[in-house]
Amino acid sequence: MPFSNEQVERLASLARLGLPGEAIDTLRAQLDSIFALITQMQAVDTTGIAPMSHPQELSARLREDVVSETDCRAAFQAIAPQTEAGLYLVPKVIE
Amino acid sequence: MSNTPLFDASVSVLRRALDAKEISSAELTNVFLDRIAALEPRLNAFVTVEREEALADARAADARIARGEAGPLTGIALAHKDVFCTRGMLTSCGSKMLSNFVSPYDAHVVTRLKEAGAVCLGKANMDEFAMGSSTESSFYGPTKNPWATGRVPGGSSGGSAAAVAARLVPLATGTDTGGSIRQPASFCNVTGIKPTYGLVSRYGLVAYASSLDQAGAFGKSAEDCALLLGAMTGFDKRDSTSLERPVENYAAALAAPAADAARPLAGLSIGLPREFFGAGMTDGIRQAVDAALVQYRALGATMREVDLPNAKLAIPAYYVLAMAEASSNLSRFDGVRYGHRAAEYDDLFDMYRKSRSEGFGDEVKRRILVGTYVLSHGYYDAYYLQAQKLRRLIAEDFRRAFGECDLIVGPTSPVTAWALGAMRDDPVQMYLADIYTTPVNLAGLPGLSHPCGFDGDGLPVGLQLIGNYFSESVLLNAAHRFQQATDWHVRCPELAA
Repeated sequence: MPFSNEQVERLASLARLGLPGEAIDTLRAQLDSIFALITQMQAVDTTGIAPMSHPQELSARLREDVVSETDCRAAFQAIAPQTEAGLYLVPKVIE
Repeated sequence: MSNTPLFDASVSVLRRALDAKEISSAELTNVFLDRIAALEPRLNAFVTVEREEALADARAADARIARGEAGPLTGIALAHKDVFCTRGMLTSCGSKMLSNFVSPYDAHVVTRLKEAGAVCLGKANMDEFAMGSSTESSFYGPTKNPWATGRVPGGSSGGSAAAVAARLVPLATGTDTGGSIRQPASFCNVTGIKPTYGLVSRYGLVAYASSLDQAGAFGKSAEDCALLLGAMTGFDKRDSTSLERPVENYAAALAAPAADAARPLAGLSIGLPREFFGAGMTDGIRQAVDAALVQYRALGATMREVDLPNAKLAIPAYYVLAMAEASSNLSRFDGVRYGHRAAEYDDLFDMYRKSRSEGFGDEVKRRILVGTYVLSHGYYDAYYLQAQKLRRLIAEDFRRAFGECDLIVGPTSPVTAWALGAMRDDPVQMYLADIYTTPVNLAGLPGLSHPCGFDGDGLPVGLQLIGNYFSESVLLNAAHRFQQATDWHVRCPELAA
């Protein structure tokens, strides 16, 4: 099922990506060929096969609930685009 | 070491020279820095070269050697793929998005190698966010193959492979999500190993597809790779998938003499998957691989055919899982905490959109879009879940095959290095070239590529060895015995400095 330009634009919006108008046709054709490859999977009957999420199927490790890290806020915020008083600044969200 | 130039010497030869005080680490580091200065303009193997820091590391290594406290890698130069976070040094991941990112911390692998006393010369070029098989998607421009500078070095760890191939550095780290160590190793005539998933900590590695990403080693030989990999492995509580296992000394295992010196691989059973020897690979690759198999027989290995009936589904399953995980992992790049932020925007949504659109290149955007689609409501079962089920079928194929053999061997790639730009407009064609490497990542198995000859165009051909879980020692030993009997791996490209 080929993609429409509207679908590509909707996907881009979900992924928080903007696409210049002239790029959409090329991208749509590329997505069509990628999905032509991917849909080959659907020919296989996998009834009763358990999905494998991970090569080593481990359960999550537990640790003692104690402080293990030091305060690195200043170092982490030093590389942020915009901070103030220990806070990350973003455009106003609530009027 | 009389006839071999220092830049072409093995790590063990360099070790002896350093320990005997025939040369200092600072002098050795300058040998490589000078070679980088001369050849890098033609290769673009590095994103960053840190001359002063490298020399400071080298002087510290010299002091350690003088105290008699040197380990196997103390004073030896290396490069890190630019996917590993390095404190105080740019970590770009080949992307404009991180072109201003100086990490506040070191990756576990970087810490381990600093502790070993290795000298980091800089950061190697790579496909943007490790998404690619040619190192052409880097924001910093493509790396050129040292064997033919009009061709790609493979990818995504193309800078690491090219740097070792051109003898700009003796060792380099890399990561392999679907073949990103093994394929560039094969394109550049070097040895590369991707260990069992979970053996090397992913802490501080910029994530692409977390259930597949694994760090590994490049070197001129299996012996050199054994030294580097040995210093990278080990449990790290900061990676939830790190495995608690005793650390193995791979290099010591290689040094042990074989029981039968003439037939050092006697008793080793090699499985040849029918699916890896069918149509698809070029004649030049087939001839080189066949000749390598003859050599393995001469070394005492036995061969049998095995079946991996679901391996042909690895490409679609791999790309669904990798792109889905990528779309999730890369959602962190929002222009808020680190990385690129657009200069102008209307509101928060617009800031996200503009920052991401400006920061990511075309291939990254394509993969995010596909990943977003396959994870979206109503499509999850058809794509992501189906791919996870195929993943189990592929892992089961390997489990059955390893009931019949010790190692699985075949070509690393169906093609040799292609011309720069040849696949630029056809991403699917490039994905298909990962046919022999992606099944290994899906199963989480270790894989190694070593040089095994050249095709009719004089381009290197790699042989892939696939082992069962935790059989890195078996892989390295087989490659080492092959390299003791052959000279493919010592050939280096003509690059007059």
